Amino acid sequence: MIRKLVTAGALALLSTQGAHAEDIRIATEGAYPPFNLVDESGQIKGFDVDIANALCAEMKADCTIVAQAWDGIIPGLKAGKYDAIIASMSITPERLQAVDFTAPYYIAGAALVAPAASDISFTPSGLDGKTIGVQRATTYATLLKEEFPGAIVKTYDTVENQNLDLTAGRLDGVVAQQVVMYEWLKTDGDSAFAFKGEPIVDPKYIGDGAGIAVNKGNTKLLGELNAALAAIKANGTYAEINASYFPFSIAPK
Amino acid sequence: MNISVMLAALPDLLRAVPLTMELVALALLVGLLIALPTALARLSNVAPLRWGATAYVFFFRGTPLLVQIFLIYYGLSQFAAVRSSIAWVILKEPFWCALIALSLNTGAYTAEVFRGGILSVPHNQIEAARAIGMSPVAAFRRVIWPQAIRQALPAYGNEMILMVKASSLASTVTLMEITGVARTLASDTYMPIEIFTTAALIYLCLTYAMAQAIHLVERRLDVTRTRA
Repeated sequence: MIRKLVTAGALALLSTQGAHAEDIRIATEGAYPPFNLVDESGQIKGFDVDIANALCAEMKADCTIVAQAWDGIIPGLKAGKYDAIIASMSITPERLQAVDFTAPYYIAGAALVAPAASDISFTPSGLDGKTIGVQRATTYATLLKEEFPGAIVKTYDTVENQNLDLTAGRLDGVVAQQVVMYEWLKTDGDSAFAFKGEPIVDPKYIGDGAGIAVNKGNTKLLGELNAALAAIKANGTYAEINASYFPFSIAPK
Repeated sequence: MNISVMLAALPDLLRAVPLTMELVALALLVGLLIALPTALARLSNVAPLRWGATAYVFFFRGTPLLVQIFLIYYGLSQFAAVRSSIAWVILKEPFWCALIALSLNTGAYTAEVFRGGILSVPHNQIEAARAIGMSPVAAFRRVIWPQAIRQALPAYGNEMILMVKASSLASTVTLMEITGVARTLASDTYMPIEIFTTAALIYLCLTYAMAQAIHLVERRLDVTRTRA
């Protein structure tokens, strides 16, 4: 923790000395792998951090990235401790009252995971009569109820329990957040389970994705970030970063 | 409080009542079948019987029911050997897993209730029964048990009511009994207060009916009451 502060402080000092470029301070959480995390050496890294660095390179800005606890991350922005938040923050109507968001920089869809050998398909007829697990009170539960009326839905308190029952063979498949399931497939899913069909990214169910938050009225930075985001998507930098984390695209359409 | 939301939720919640009642009735029945031999084993002179029964009561009374349900439903299913065994026909189903957990749990508590009832019968009565030539079985059936059950009934009635409420934990293993339906409705409507209040009222009706039935049996068995 101390080392992290010292590093952040040193970086801040360096960036103020090299005052020829624009200084931007960016906060992330550092506790949401693989999007943002602090490694054993105190280094902040992850998908969010790589995107932040790519944006800064594109804007030719001097950036400092700091780790900030999640519950204080918006208050810290409002207090001027940093200029932007790149921390996998979902764009919601509630947050839009407090901050401004760039266009989404990633969106994780609702994915179907089933036994690898299964010929199940992620379509209303494909799930007809199939027993599908989902976490209670999530957008994925609403999605199943409204778009897949033929599926026999079993609801679980946690994604862990839902996945345990998939492993136990009580379910034909589960519907959950794509990245969460990708991480599970890597660690616990062995090769017995796999994604089936294309994930659903309908904003009606899964929202608008994660955006970069800036203070309300900071239109200059907002505009620069949006332009840089469009640029790194166009020049392939985004796709490169994406591919180093996930074998599927999480780029918003 | 939105009364129309409560009324709208009522049919869905009432449809879940049979499952709750089925679960409670079967668990109480199986629990009773477990409890009597366990209580006797706890009082037995045969040490291994006593140890076995004591260990069973110790475990199922000493751990939370939620943990027991999780171990039986999620725990056992993680072993490939269990999944390929004949027991999987039963253990695959959340209903049977919940029933096994509830039965074993109430069996342990009820065994202790019965043991207390049996111990409350004065020892000299048993000696007197044996002295006039009753076999141990006859003495138990005609002298000990009728008095023990009267002593145990209030505590057993308590346990029956506890089971109605304990059955709500079955919702954690995907069973759509009253609480399971209520939780799903609450997340669909974003009106948890209304939905859970309605569910609570249904539980109150169930436990009230049960308390009345127990009261009736208690009066029946009360020999000190003068008969009109």
